[in-house]
Amino acid sequence: MSKWKERIGKILRSMRYILSLTIVLAALWLAVSGVYKPLIMLLGVGSVALVVWLATRMKVVGVEHNPALYAGRLPLYWGWLAWQIVLANLNVARLILNPAQVRPRVFKVKVPHDTAVAGAAYANSVTLTPGTVSLQMTAGELTVHALDRRSAEELKSGAMARRIAWLEGSDTEHP
Amino acid sequence: MIETVIDIVSWICLLLGGAFGIIGGLGLVRLPDFFTRLHAAGVAETLCPLLIVLGLVLQSGLSLLTLKLVLILLFLLFTAPTATHAVARAAMLDGVEPSLGNDESEPTSGEPSSNT
Amino acid sequence: MTLVMVVTTMAIFATMALALVRALKGPTIYDRINAVNVFGTKTVLIIALITYITGHADLIDVALVYALINFIAVVTVLKLAKTRDLASSADVADGAVEHD
Repeated sequence: MSKWKERIGKILRSMRYILSLTIVLAALWLAVSGVYKPLIMLLGVGSVALVVWLATRMKVVGVEHNPALYAGRLPLYWGWLAWQIVLANLNVARLILNPAQVRPRVFKVKVPHDTAVAGAAYANSVTLTPGTVSLQMTAGELTVHALDRRSAEELKSGAMARRIAWLEGSDTEHP
Repeated sequence: MIETVIDIVSWICLLLGGAFGIIGGLGLVRLPDFFTRLHAAGVAETLCPLLIVLGLVLQSGLSLLTLKLVLILLFLLFTAPTATHAVARAAMLDGVEPSLGNDESEPTSGEPSSNT
Repeated sequence: MTLVMVVTTMAIFATMALALVRALKGPTIYDRINAVNVFGTKTVLIIALITYITGHADLIDVALVYALINFIAVVTVLKLAKTRDLASSADVADGAVEHD
């Protein structure tokens, strides 16, 4: 009996995140489906429930999966990242057309962020900009493979790490 | 008038996207070792979808089709780094060594940079 | 307009051919997996372009699903290549499973 009580208490505590996940999934389903007949709607409710159940069973519903976490700053960061991607692509395209200039290197950069989400966002952003690929992430350090000096310098300047810190909210100085 | 301008921008986006796709493919064939080829794949997986989806979105304006295209772009951009990292990590664990350019005086590995 | 889209489609076909060259040449299995990953991404874009060329708006759902399947396929193939066992729950990323 007490086991059940404990379990229900746990579910109640994570209710907020489950609710926000449900709303996001339902909105996604409604937007993508485009067919609003009773049977199809019922299937939609069923699939949302299934995904939420699977997510709770996998224990991945938590504060870091709250979609509203970075809502305000995320679009700004994505805009900046898209511009960085364009610049990095031009550089890598130049190197591909001129392979003699390729100087591959492996180096480490510090990860100055506290939360795991920010670290993952940093590693993903590094990989997403061509010219740098994150190879390994340990506590506080990221091993990076870079295609040439310019890509490496760009990352070492720490501009991206600062933006992620700003995104995370721990550093409000930078725009 | 406005429509013509949008059409032309859309053409440029589509053609540039195709061109970057070919450049990425060329890099996939031309670059010397596995880790450098990952960067070529990066070109074909980031800017190329970005430009092509942008070109197509300009064609359809605000519609359900646009929403789905943007969703596709988001999925691609979220999964591409994960897949690239997984492949790179697996290759590294399997003992594939990155070849390092050594004709520059600065050290290329083993030294954590302090300027964060 | 259609002409531009067809030209873009051809360009992507060329990219796919180049990726296929790398997938056939290897030399490591990771080169092949990487090339197949690029191939899958290009397939999604081709389907999106065909949606606009033919005007069948329903086709875009195929592209959407393919984008999801492609990622899972790459990770699965990677795991299969690394552990030779899809059912194993060993953490591949930590190198817990090595060839023996």
